[in-house]
Amino acid sequence: MKRTLRYVLFYSSLIGLWALLAKLHVWPPYIFPTPWGVAETLRSGFADHSFWVAIAVSMRRMLIGYGVSVVLGLALGLGIASNKFLEQTIGGLLVSLQSLPSICWLPIAVLWFGLTEKAILFVVVMGSLLSVTISMETGRKQLPKIYTMAGRNLGARGVRLFWHVTLPASLPYIVTGLKQGWAFAWRSLISGEMIFVTLGLGQLLMMGRDLNDMSQVIAVMILIVVLGYLVDGVFFRTIERQLQQRWGLATAA
Amino acid sequence: MTSPLRKSVVSVPVEHRSPHRPVASYREELAVISELDLALKVPKLALKNVCLSYATNSHNRLVALKNISLQVQPGEFLCIVGPSGCGKSTLLHLIAGLHQQSSGDVLVDNTPVQGPGTDRILIFQELGLFPWLTVAQNVEFGMRMKGIAKPQRDANVRDYLRLVHLHQFKDSYIHQLSGGMRQRVALARALATEPDVLLMDEPFAALDAQTRDLLHDELERIWAKTRRTIIFVTHNVREAVRLGDRVILLTFRPGQVKREYRIDLPRPRHLEDVHVACSAREILNDLREEINKSIEEEYGLEAHA
Repeated sequence: MKRTLRYVLFYSSLIGLWALLAKLHVWPPYIFPTPWGVAETLRSGFADHSFWVAIAVSMRRMLIGYGVSVVLGLALGLGIASNKFLEQTIGGLLVSLQSLPSICWLPIAVLWFGLTEKAILFVVVMGSLLSVTISMETGRKQLPKIYTMAGRNLGARGVRLFWHVTLPASLPYIVTGLKQGWAFAWRSLISGEMIFVTLGLGQLLMMGRDLNDMSQVIAVMILIVVLGYLVDGVFFRTIERQLQQRWGLATAA
Repeated sequence: MTSPLRKSVVSVPVEHRSPHRPVASYREELAVISELDLALKVPKLALKNVCLSYATNSHNRLVALKNISLQVQPGEFLCIVGPSGCGKSTLLHLIAGLHQQSSGDVLVDNTPVQGPGTDRILIFQELGLFPWLTVAQNVEFGMRMKGIAKPQRDANVRDYLRLVHLHQFKDSYIHQLSGGMRQRVALARALATEPDVLLMDEPFAALDAQTRDLLHDELERIWAKTRRTIIFVTHNVREAVRLGDRVILLTFRPGQVKREYRIDLPRPRHLEDVHVACSAREILNDLREEINKSIEEEYGLEAHA
């Protein structure tokens, strides 16, 4: 209760300060937007469905791109963890590639795929693939041997052993990587959309700049933050917490 | 036992009706048959000259098990004791098919063991219960892997959880249970796959004395009820005497069968029984020799290092 009160107080005073500064007309509105202007943009944006469309398009790209990188990343990570040769070759390469900001893949994407949906998906995949792969690899390596032995002992082998034992057993280790992968994918997507792709939140943000519409710029930024928070802070954190509770790793929260 | 050997058992007594040996009453003949039957019965499990060694580095090989030969009859409760480092656990892993012996044969029902199989279930020292599954799902796991239909699985889960008195905890997760309860889940999970042979690797070592007493009673009761063959590894001689029909003592590295003891005490036994204590003392004296050897070797290694 006290926490909620603190949140409400903090955010209302933040908006109050913003409103006060806007009221004082220190800067012109095209440089410093008003809270009510932003609120109006948000309302009309949702009313004429343009924000809904942008969110739907961005989310669709996220789901496809992220989905691909999770499947690829898990397979790759597992391969690297179980094969010394792969570990010393691809494993090392991946770690060094991690220092590359994902937007650096954009030129390659555009040259290969043109200004298409595929190009943006490529950037999203490259943005999150590495962290998913590396977390799966470390997850597989940290996995206590006893679980796979117990699984084999109870008659599980091959794909079923992986699906029913190895994967769930390494989940607590890889969920952090999955979360991080999502965050990277999200950043890559917005950067990519800002540069060339039609529709989507990033493009909406750039449109605000092109139209010199500061309210829209701020409104879309708020959308990006809220969406990011919903997935990262609510969805993934809930999963993490549930996992920890099940495994008995939960710290009193 | 429906093996072909059984037939020969029935025909054998004819040879024994030799002129030197007067055919006595029908009853006596029956006794001869059952004796022979026992002698010729295919053992549930047989180890023949099993050796296991592995390379510790490029120069040295460690011989963990050497020429282990033993037989276990169906429904027998065999305990294996020995100092730590004698390869007791490894022996169970071999029987479970999780490791491969370097030479010799491991036979179950006269067929060589090839990899793990649900006819032999090992209860690990660390149990290896799956924390992401509930108690019921853990118990169900082996049956799911065997492809048993859901209604049958549910019925079996209920039965086996009742057998270990854990039915009201079926929806709990493993971390919510006490040590003794976890042991019982592991036992139920192993029994639910309906193995012929149950392999237990120091399962009660980490428990407090009271819980262990209770679990001894429970295990004995379940064994009597289900008539599984049990091979129970422990470093606790008294525990071995309290539970086993037979106790086998392994030597310190390399693990070899040092001696075998038949425990003919009436059941149910108790850990504090005088007879249990007496039998245990005899085995303990032999074991002490091995423990001294292990201590010597360990100190010796330290002196070299």
